[in-house]
Amino acid sequence: MRTLRYREALREAMIEEMERDDRVFLMGEEVGHYQGAYKVSEGMLEKFGERRVIDTPIAESGFAGIGVGAAMVGLRPIIEFMTWNFSAVAFDQILNSAAKIRQMSGGQFSCPIVFRGPNASAKQVGSQHSHAMEHFYAHVPGLKVLAPSFPADVKGLMKAAIRDDNPVLFMESETLYSVKGEVPDNLEPMEIGKANVVREGTDCTIVTYSRMTHVSLEVAEELAKEGISVEVVDLRSLRPLDEETVIRSVKKTHRCVVVHEGWPYGGVGAEVSDRVQRLAFDYLDAPILRVTNLDVPMPYNAKLEQHVMPNKERVLATVKRAVSRGRS
Amino acid sequence: MSDDLARDLGLFRVLEDDGSARKDRPAVPTAILLRGYREMRRLRLIDAKMILLQRQGRVGFYGACTGQEAVPIATGLVLGEHDWVFPALREQSVMLVRGFSLVQFVAQVYGNAGDVQKGRQMPSHHSGRTVNQVSWSSCIGPQVPQAVGAAWAMKLRKDPNRPVSIGFLGDGATSQPDFHSAMTFAGLYKVPAVIVCQNNHWSISVPTHKQTASKTIAVKGRAYGVPSVRVDGNDLLAMYTVLSEATQRARDGHGPTFVEALTYRIGAHSTSDDPTRYRSEDEVEAWRKKDPLDRLRKHLVHLGLVDDASDAALEAELTDAINAAVKKVEELPLPDRDTLFDDVYAELPWNLREQREELRASPKAPAHGA
Ligand SMILES: Cc1ncc(C[n+]2csc(CCOP(=O)(O)OP(=O)(O)O)c2C)c(N)n1
Repeated sequence: MRTLRYREALREAMIEEMERDDRVFLMGEEVGHYQGAYKVSEGMLEKFGERRVIDTPIAESGFAGIGVGAAMVGLRPIIEFMTWNFSAVAFDQILNSAAKIRQMSGGQFSCPIVFRGPNASAKQVGSQHSHAMEHFYAHVPGLKVLAPSFPADVKGLMKAAIRDDNPVLFMESETLYSVKGEVPDNLEPMEIGKANVVREGTDCTIVTYSRMTHVSLEVAEELAKEGISVEVVDLRSLRPLDEETVIRSVKKTHRCVVVHEGWPYGGVGAEVSDRVQRLAFDYLDAPILRVTNLDVPMPYNAKLEQHVMPNKERVLATVKRAVSRGRS
Repeated sequence: MSDDLARDLGLFRVLEDDGSARKDRPAVPTAILLRGYREMRRLRLIDAKMILLQRQGRVGFYGACTGQEAVPIATGLVLGEHDWVFPALREQSVMLVRGFSLVQFVAQVYGNAGDVQKGRQMPSHHSGRTVNQVSWSSCIGPQVPQAVGAAWAMKLRKDPNRPVSIGFLGDGATSQPDFHSAMTFAGLYKVPAVIVCQNNHWSISVPTHKQTASKTIAVKGRAYGVPSVRVDGNDLLAMYTVLSEATQRARDGHGPTFVEALTYRIGAHSTSDDPTRYRSEDEVEAWRKKDPLDRLRKHLVHLGLVDDASDAALEAELTDAINAAVKKVEELPLPDRDTLFDDVYAELPWNLREQREELRASPKAPAHGA
């Protein structure tokens, strides 16, 4: 067992898979000579050379397409978006090609590719740099969408993503890159599509992922002092969604709050709410509540930004609402 | 000279190394030279101040255009009041030359109640309705087709003021599809637009020769049927001359021009970047010797229009004005919290009214405005 930062765990996964399989390569803006815009790929150019760690022109639609093409003839590309916001200009390659090639060709062709990069809010980067893009992509059949919260999961899931025969979208977070955590030695790829109960509790289930898992754990800790026992389910994978773990937890706690970045309309929270009300209807003691960004583009101003993001105070108040509703 | 295709492979210059201006070029009026000098100096001081404030933690981010001032300043000098500007990261200052207030300019960088954008956008994403300048999009590229679209609308509306639309991008942005779409439409629709690429040799850590295998960027315009010219972007006189001609061509109904301005980013890409990681100090030093402000100064000294004393007075005056603007902005409150819900739509929808009420019920951060 070692303690690693999120970015180190991610890098180790890529390095190990690249050592294991010569078909794997990393491509994106600033991944090589600059050592990665967020230092995720630090040292990888020196290790693997320019054939496998490839700096690109600023053309996301271009290198997403280069990756899709390379994947179809048998390579295993890892395409880094400097941030997922910039995948907007490559959306067509992901939506209309990567996600559909296998299905549209009747199974003749496949697209084993990983798209990865930091997602959702950073700090004061304005609306165009703060998008929670997972909601858009989780909508699309043919894609797998992962959003791990801890270094060990990042490593195990990235290894799985690279070996997966489908396009896998990997949502990281600038605010998580320096987070430390225990990572088992010789970690094998983890199964994609499994949520994790990261804190057990009896009064209310918080379903969450990525950065908001950490916020939810803080809230759970705080509420414990008030005698409210919160269970936190870290989804890890948004598509496929581990319905079973979520439902098992809600059947135990009878209450459910979904917490994520991004807007409330549609999205992962709405999806989870649908499953819970359908599959655990008779167990619910309160309406399923969601804590998300306010329904506005992210402002730049630091104070305003704090109000828009799902913060600790709002999660706390929402869990209390869910809990008191059932009790009164 | 607009039909001379070789202009996209050569380099149009006016200023000689000795500070004189080439005699075979149209003369630039003295008033323009002095105004240009003043604006370039001011811009350099503004950028230095903003970077300092960022280091002190008073400003979150900043993208300077140090070493590239001749391009935005020449643009501001050439444009008329009805023209529109679609900038990229390094042309915010065009609006200052066209009369936008310095206090409001600085307030955008702070994102507080003095900001006409209400603290919504990152610093260096200015816009001003009063000067027909929109903000660039953080996602590189979209302003270029938009500039062409605005020009097309100007043409369709037969606007009697005969405005032009000018759009900007960096060398890196020429790799984005938006650039190519913009050029396709500009050529086909023969719009009154000028598209300017500031080739500052770097796109963060990627040098231009790794961005494209093309010999020049200007030559790309040729294939789209857009007359294109490569110009010394560190030569204010050359920029002024080329942009004057290009905007005139546009006004006269002769269609678009593509301009590649050869320049150099002396500082970091932005305050988040460390350029020593990817380029040599020798290279930067070589470009410092071609500094656009120094070159213009040499010319003005040559003409007897500027000397050390006048320079010192100018610098003191500009510095005072900048410091005064910063002071004024720092005294302003944050945007009111309720403004969060404004402008998402033309009218406030019920769900946002509901969120506003919920937020009103929670405590305000201490520094929020009235
Ligand atoms: C679509 C997109 N991809 C990547 C980025 C990150 N990024 C911001 S500026 C920049 C480089 C821009 O280079 P260039 O167009 O040459 O302009 P310069 O900054 O040199 O003025 C990059 C890659 C972005 N903002 N948008």
